[in-house]
Amino acid sequence: MSSVRDEEELHREGAADFVAMDIVGRTPWQLFWVRFRRDRVAFVALGFIVLLVLVAIFAGPISSAFGHPPNAQYPNRLDSFGTPTGPSSSFLFGVDQIGRDVFSRVLYGAQVSLEVALLATAISVGIGVVLGMVAGYFRGWVDTIISRLIDVTLAFPILLLALGIASACSLGNGCAAGLIHPGLGTVIVAIVVINWTYIGRIIRGQVLSLREKEFIEAARAGGARSRTIIFREILPNLVAPIVVYSTLIIPQNILLEAALSYLGVGIQPPRASWGQMLADATSIYSTAWWYFAFPGGALLLTVLAFNLLGDGVRDALDPRTTT
Amino acid sequence: MGAYIVRRTLWAILLLLVVSFLTFVIFNVFPSADPAALRAGRNATPALIEQIRRNLGLSKPFYTQYWIYLKGLLEHFNLGYSYYNTESVKSEIFSRLPATISVTVGGFVAWMLIGIPVGIISAIKPRSLLDRIMMGGSLVAISAPVYFLGLVSLFLFAQGTGVLQWAGAAGSYVPITQNPGTWFNSLILAWLTLAAAFAAFYARMTRGNLIEVMHEDYIRTARAKGLRESVVITKHGLRAALTPIVTMAGMDIGLLLGGAILTEIVFNIPGIGRYAYDAIVNADLPAIQGTVLFGAFFIVFANLVVDILYAFLDPRVTYG
Repeated sequence: MSSVRDEEELHREGAADFVAMDIVGRTPWQLFWVRFRRDRVAFVALGFIVLLVLVAIFAGPISSAFGHPPNAQYPNRLDSFGTPTGPSSSFLFGVDQIGRDVFSRVLYGAQVSLEVALLATAISVGIGVVLGMVAGYFRGWVDTIISRLIDVTLAFPILLLALGIASACSLGNGCAAGLIHPGLGTVIVAIVVINWTYIGRIIRGQVLSLREKEFIEAARAGGARSRTIIFREILPNLVAPIVVYSTLIIPQNILLEAALSYLGVGIQPPRASWGQMLADATSIYSTAWWYFAFPGGALLLTVLAFNLLGDGVRDALDPRTTT
Repeated sequence: MGAYIVRRTLWAILLLLVVSFLTFVIFNVFPSADPAALRAGRNATPALIEQIRRNLGLSKPFYTQYWIYLKGLLEHFNLGYSYYNTESVKSEIFSRLPATISVTVGGFVAWMLIGIPVGIISAIKPRSLLDRIMMGGSLVAISAPVYFLGLVSLFLFAQGTGVLQWAGAAGSYVPITQNPGTWFNSLILAWLTLAAAFAAFYARMTRGNLIEVMHEDYIRTARAKGLRESVVITKHGLRAALTPIVTMAGMDIGLLLGGAILTEIVFNIPGIGRYAYDAIVNADLPAIQGTVLFGAFFIVFANLVVDILYAFLDPRVTYG
C-alpha cells in the first residue's frame, strides 16, 4: 500500500516540511493536506468518491441519457423461460428478474448507500462524541452509566442486533409507537444504536486525559461553566480523532446498510439498493451473472475507496503511524 | 485471582440479564405490530386473536411478561415457542447448532492458516512489493461483502452451476455424521468465503503487531547473541505478536457461533443464522428474540473465557 512510505523518504519529506515551515506558517489543516496529497492511493480513492457522489446526485439525468427509469419493467427483455437478458447497448448492465434496467438501479443504489453512510455516520458520531465527552469530563456516576451502556451494547451480536431492531421496526407501522418507519429510518436507527459506542469509547478515553491538562484547569479557574469547557476547550482538541474515526466507520455503515437490505429489512422495494439487488440475484446467480456482478462490484469499490481514504486520512493526521 | 474470576463471572451474568431484558423490550415493546395477530396468522377471527392474547399473557403488564419469560429462561433455558410453527425455539436452535459449528470451525481454521502466514511474510519485509500486494489484497478482501464473494465463488466453482465445478454447491450441506466427505465438499466454498475478510483482518493485525514487536529491545538482544533471523522471528517475535490475535480469535469464534448469518444464507446452510433469517421472513418474533439472546450468550461467554485465560497467561494483567 502506498500509504506506507519508505522510512527514508519520510525523513526527507519531514526535512522538507521543516524547511518550508520556517518560511511559511502552515495551519494544521494545511499540513494535513500536504501530507494527504502525497498519498497517491488515498487521493485516487477520494477522486472515486467524488465521482460517486456526482453519479448519485445526477442519477436521474444519467439514467435517462444512457438507460431507463429505475422502476420501469421491460418484460420483452426476459426470454421465453423468464430468464433476464444480459448487457446490451440499450441495457448496459442487463436487466433483473422482472425486466428492470440494472444500470439505472445501480446508479440509484449509490444514492441509498451514500445517504445512509452520511446520515448514519453523522448521527452516530454526534451521539458518540457528546456522550463520550460527558462521560470523560464528569466521570463518576454519569461515566458509569454511559460506559456500562457501551458494554451492554457490545455484548450483542452486532449484525443480529441490527437485524433484530430492523425487523422489529419493519413489521406493521414501524416501531417505537410508529415513530420509526420501515426503510431508511429503520436502517439508520439500527446502525446508530450500534455504532455510537465505538466513537463514544474512544472520545471518553481522550477526554479523560485532556481534562487533566493545564488549559482546562485554567478555564475552570477562570470560572468557565462545564458546558463552555466541554464545547469550547475540549471539543477543538478532539477534531483529529473524530475525523479519523468518522472516515473509518463510513465503510462499515455502508456494509451494514447493504447487509440489512440484503436480509430484506433495510431499504424497502421498489427503491433500489445494492444489498437488496444482491439478495434478488442470489436465486438466479448462475444464469444472470450481471445481476450480482454490477451491484456487488459497485459496493465493493465504494467500500474499498472509503477504506483507502480512511487509511490515508489516518496516516496524514497521525505522523506516528508506521503501518 | 480467585476473586477476579468470581467478579468477572458475576459481571458476565449481570450483563446477560441486562441483555435479556433489552431483547425483550426490543421485540415486545418496540414493535407496533400486534404479537397476537402475528401468532394467529392471516384470516384469523378477532375471537381467536383474543384467545391467543390471553394464552400468551399479552394483556399483562410488560414487566410481568418479562418476569415470566425470565423464569422460563433460568429454569429450563426456555426461549419461548415459535409463532410460525409452535416449535420450541430452544430445540430448533440446538438442532441447527452442528451446522453453525461446522461453518465456524472450518472458517476459523482457514482464516488462521491464511491470515497469519500472510501477516508474517508481510512483516518480514515491510514496504516490499510482496508486502504491498498482500496488504492491498487484504484491504479488498475486507471491503468485499461475504454474500457478494459467496455468489462470485459459487458462480466460478460450484458443482452443477459453476464455470469450473470444483466444490459443493449451495444447499448441498449434509451433517458430518452422515458422510464426512460430502460434508467437507459442501462446506469448502463457505469456509473460504467466510475466511476471506477474517484472514485479511488477521493478516493486517499480525503484520502490525510483529513489526512493532521486532523493534523491542529483547529482539535486538536475541539478534545480538547470534540467533538466526528465522529463530528470532518464530521464537521471540511471534510469541508476543500473536497473543492479541488469540484474544481476537476467541471473540470472533464466539460471535460466529451465534450464527454466521450471511454466509449461511448465501450457501443455504441450515444453521442458526439461516434460522434467524427465516424467522425474520416469517415475522416470528420469539425465534428472532431467541437467536439474538443465544448469540449474545456466546459473545459474553467468549469474552469471559478470554479474560480469564488472559489473567492466567499474562502476568501483567491486574485484577483490580
